[in-house]
Amino acid sequence: MSALTVQGLCKSFGGLHVINEVNLNVEPGERRLIIGPNGAGKTTLFNLITGEITPDRGSISLFGQDITKVPSRQRPHLGMARTYQIITLFPRDTIIHNVALALLGLSPARWNPFIDLRHQGHLIEHGLAALQRVGLTHLAERPLAQTSYGERRRVEIAMALAQNPKLLLLDEPFAGLSIDERRDVHQCLMAIPRDVTMVMIEHNMDVALEFAERITLLHFGEVIVEGNRAEVVADPRTREVYLGH
Amino acid sequence: MTARAIALAVACVALVTVPWWMPGDYYVNVASQILLYAVFALGLNVLVGYAGLVSLGHAGLFGIAAYATGFMLQSGFGHLAAIIVALVVGMASMAIYAVLSLRSTGIGFIMITLALGEILWGLAYRWISLTGGDNGISLNSRPVPFGISLAAPNAFYYATLIVFALSAVAMTVFVRSPFGASLMGTRDQPRRMNALGYHVWLIRFYACLVSGLLTAVAGILFVYYTQFISPQTLALTSSAEVLLMVISGGAGTLLGPIVGAALVVVVKTVVSGFIERWNFLLGAIFVAIVILMPEGLVPGSARLWRLAWRKLSAPAKPAAAEGKP
Repeated sequence: MSALTVQGLCKSFGGLHVINEVNLNVEPGERRLIIGPNGAGKTTLFNLITGEITPDRGSISLFGQDITKVPSRQRPHLGMARTYQIITLFPRDTIIHNVALALLGLSPARWNPFIDLRHQGHLIEHGLAALQRVGLTHLAERPLAQTSYGERRRVEIAMALAQNPKLLLLDEPFAGLSIDERRDVHQCLMAIPRDVTMVMIEHNMDVALEFAERITLLHFGEVIVEGNRAEVVADPRTREVYLGH
Repeated sequence: MTARAIALAVACVALVTVPWWMPGDYYVNVASQILLYAVFALGLNVLVGYAGLVSLGHAGLFGIAAYATGFMLQSGFGHLAAIIVALVVGMASMAIYAVLSLRSTGIGFIMITLALGEILWGLAYRWISLTGGDNGISLNSRPVPFGISLAAPNAFYYATLIVFALSAVAMTVFVRSPFGASLMGTRDQPRRMNALGYHVWLIRFYACLVSGLLTAVAGILFVYYTQFISPQTLALTSSAEVLLMVISGGAGTLLGPIVGAALVVVVKTVVSGFIERWNFLLGAIFVAIVILMPEGLVPGSARLWRLAWRKLSAPAKPAAAEGKP
């Protein structure tokens, strides 16, 4: 059974076909890289997979379960987590509060208006464990507004990991990072165990190629090349539309 | 003991002893008004401060609860039945408000709540068989809980104080709860909250109900305080007034709406006795707040206090170092 199956997915905005008959098959534990020039439809594909946008046609299955019509808010409960290209966190709160919100999202306790969140020891414990995976335990109580861009990237990853996902979608996790920050994020991602399937959009080919086992090249909303690293890099269409040489 | 605990203790003692140190019944009544409007502002603050949803129709809900109380008493029911019905009607009205207005956020939410408030105001004027139209509904008596008559200003003040204290404690618990955190998350990053598994619409809907409950409680207190309800209570100016209480005190804080309520009620009732153009004064105060403390009086004062404290506690620079070429 595949971790993620996308079949005949289509999405248009007016007359613009952003995603056109996209098929994708990601095996459990696989590290899949999605590349393509700007405007290829990579983030739209992620938004369709997570349900933030409804497809015009096609189907999406997560570990054999058809989730095409499942509301986006339900998908994290089925084991899907994502990060955003533009960091989307809660800057007024501390790092641990951000991670606690991720944990709370899957807990029935999120509806409870009578207990004190600060006294929920198990949430804090799990939150700290998630922060440890990205090397930020020592900054747990720091307000997010006082952290660096790279640290925020790692908080995003910690929030996703805190939800114990089966499928993790990473939208340009290395974007805007310095060399040191890139190394830190790379280490975090490489340490994620194989029971988490990962699909990543990334432009930085140095780190992305090291990460990916299979690569899908999108161009104008269509999959034009798919295969392992060597196959995709060697393919003349990859050079033509993406690598540029 | 922290400074915050000392301040809270002093405030509690001051509130409990109001009838002793206030110069007369008039001022005790003003204090009752401050407290009941503080409950109203706390209710609106759930939406404005914690959900990021600005309502300009809350006076309609406040008025519905007041009218429901008046109508029930006029129809011969007891106080307990009137209060229960008023709470149910207030909550039900809020639920309808929420279903209609939560189709949108931002300016759309403001406009829908404004329209709903205006509809209720119009109904209060025109549905004369139910509301008495322009003449309103008068109440003959206040409740007598546990044999204690609330007819006198002091007794009514203490009843209002108890309701206010319960509301403030409930809000404190609410804000610190997981649900409170979820609500604030939907205010700051609704898209992210959705992606984390939260049902953003339902969280906002429940927040509306909490807001509606406090608003209904305040409406009931109001009608018992004035012993009269007329369409003027539901007017847009009333909605704007309570919104200004929340914004001027500090939206999204527990103390802000209370301070804002005190400011508006004092200027409206006490200062207006000395200054004919009190509206001008109130406007000038709001302009000053917006310019000097855009986050509101409470958070703004806290910011200035921290700034002053930092300056005072910073070690003085040695004169020699300053005088170096």
